[in-house]
Amino acid sequence: MVANTPEQEFETRELLINMGPQHPSTHGVFRMVLGVDGEVVTDVVPYIGYMHRGAEKLCETMDFRQGVGYMDRTEYLANFNAELSYVLAVERLAGIEVPERAQWIRMILCELNRLSSHFMFTGAFGTDVGVFGTAFVYSFREREVILDLFEEITGDRLMYAYFRPGGLAWEVPENFETRVHEVLLSARHGIREMDSLLTENEIFLARTKGVGAISAADAVDWGMSGPSLRASGVPLDLRRDDPYLYYPQVDFDVITGEAGDVFDRYHVRLREMRESVRIIEQCMEHLSDGPILPERLPRMLRTPPGEIYERTEAPRGEYGIYLVSRGGNRPYRLKVRSACFSNLQALRDMTIGHYVADAVVILGSIDIVLCEVDR
Amino acid sequence: MRGIVRSMATTLGAFVRGPVTREYPEGHRPIPERDRAFPLLLWDFEIDEPYCTGCHACERACPVECMTVLMKDNPAHTSLGGNSSRRKIIDKFWIDYARCMRCNICVEVCNFDAIAMNNTWSGHETSVYDRADLVMDLPQLLAQHKAGAIDEWVAP
Repeated sequence: MVANTPEQEFETRELLINMGPQHPSTHGVFRMVLGVDGEVVTDVVPYIGYMHRGAEKLCETMDFRQGVGYMDRTEYLANFNAELSYVLAVERLAGIEVPERAQWIRMILCELNRLSSHFMFTGAFGTDVGVFGTAFVYSFREREVILDLFEEITGDRLMYAYFRPGGLAWEVPENFETRVHEVLLSARHGIREMDSLLTENEIFLARTKGVGAISAADAVDWGMSGPSLRASGVPLDLRRDDPYLYYPQVDFDVITGEAGDVFDRYHVRLREMRESVRIIEQCMEHLSDGPILPERLPRMLRTPPGEIYERTEAPRGEYGIYLVSRGGNRPYRLKVRSACFSNLQALRDMTIGHYVADAVVILGSIDIVLCEVDR
Repeated sequence: MRGIVRSMATTLGAFVRGPVTREYPEGHRPIPERDRAFPLLLWDFEIDEPYCTGCHACERACPVECMTVLMKDNPAHTSLGGNSSRRKIIDKFWIDYARCMRCNICVEVCNFDAIAMNNTWSGHETSVYDRADLVMDLPQLLAQHKAGAIDEWVAP
């Protein structure tokens, strides 16, 4: 008698596994339905929208100063970068000239925010990989130092509402420069610590190398941007390629990876943090006294009719604001081009063919902020 | 193996470092002067009345419409035999702390510096059992400054 094959012995078939929306490693309320064949993922269907608040629509009912507060809430890990896109769009449409000092401070704060966001990523990524809860705690310690500085400047740890069309809401404290240097010192130490904790760790490498790779052509096709795109070897950085603020005046490298796998996405971010520190140091040299708001700024800002698309390089990629105005003090239409939404589209391509255990790692490596995806 | 040893060395480094955490309910960390919790109304000690005249500026500027303001004629106005130069004064004022998004816009638009963000710990520990308790009325909004329990910071 011929022995039965395992397929005949046991009934094997593809399973659908539901992951989320309440799952500790989905970074928010995100639901994936995974088709699995044994341990291998054969299909991924992402469901988004659990966090939809209608931020774009709400902004249409608000004047340009009120809208800044809502931009914070679309991107809760890099609020300054989100505010920046919005105020730059309004400023360009209204033709406001922003004082030099305000621009430099904006640049410093945005880069510090990039640092804090990437610290958050490295920490969360450590836990996603599975065994690096230590990294999570350490990176939060470093992130907290940066948030403390933000609190001293703006008054809030997360929802800053500090940028205004035209400049800044109020002047930074007197000890701003010494505090930034202190924060940079601790950030540099933190980056070194993260590096020694994860980058060469053999377990970490075994979990991340060669997992979830996406080619440069695919990444471009999916519309990815930011570190996730650069990890695939595409040197696109809006700070260099479509400069805003005073980025042409500072010297920094655009970090790229090669393989486009999970490890590269992590490593690009880690190296990018060093570049951010470099940028902030150069900004501090340029910082001079001066006004933080233009001399003549109307009490109620009105823009001429027109439309504009303003994009900036947020920690997660291209954060764009498409603003349509029909005159008046509020946008007629506001569209947020969220980096995470586009990056998330590539999730299916990245995950199929890998093990279920890697699905979480791949999702974590995109560094999604669900608030930004759903808006 | 080398990488794992390096990781361990880093962990050991943190072991000899002092703690950065605090036992929260027992101890409070100092919070910066600019800290923004929730808006409060300020008390004019010279004339013994609120600074607020009920001009509705903050109510109109609030993005989330968490404020309700009612104005009245000031009984202490000089024309009525009082010592106040305010012709109108606040009658009733409600702020729904559950709705407030702490954007500081009300403080910025106030023409009389009558409102400030609470920058003390009391503003952060506002948990209640009933949401309705988070709607603060005029006496509640004035109480903290009246008692001298706040060193207000109003954005210049």
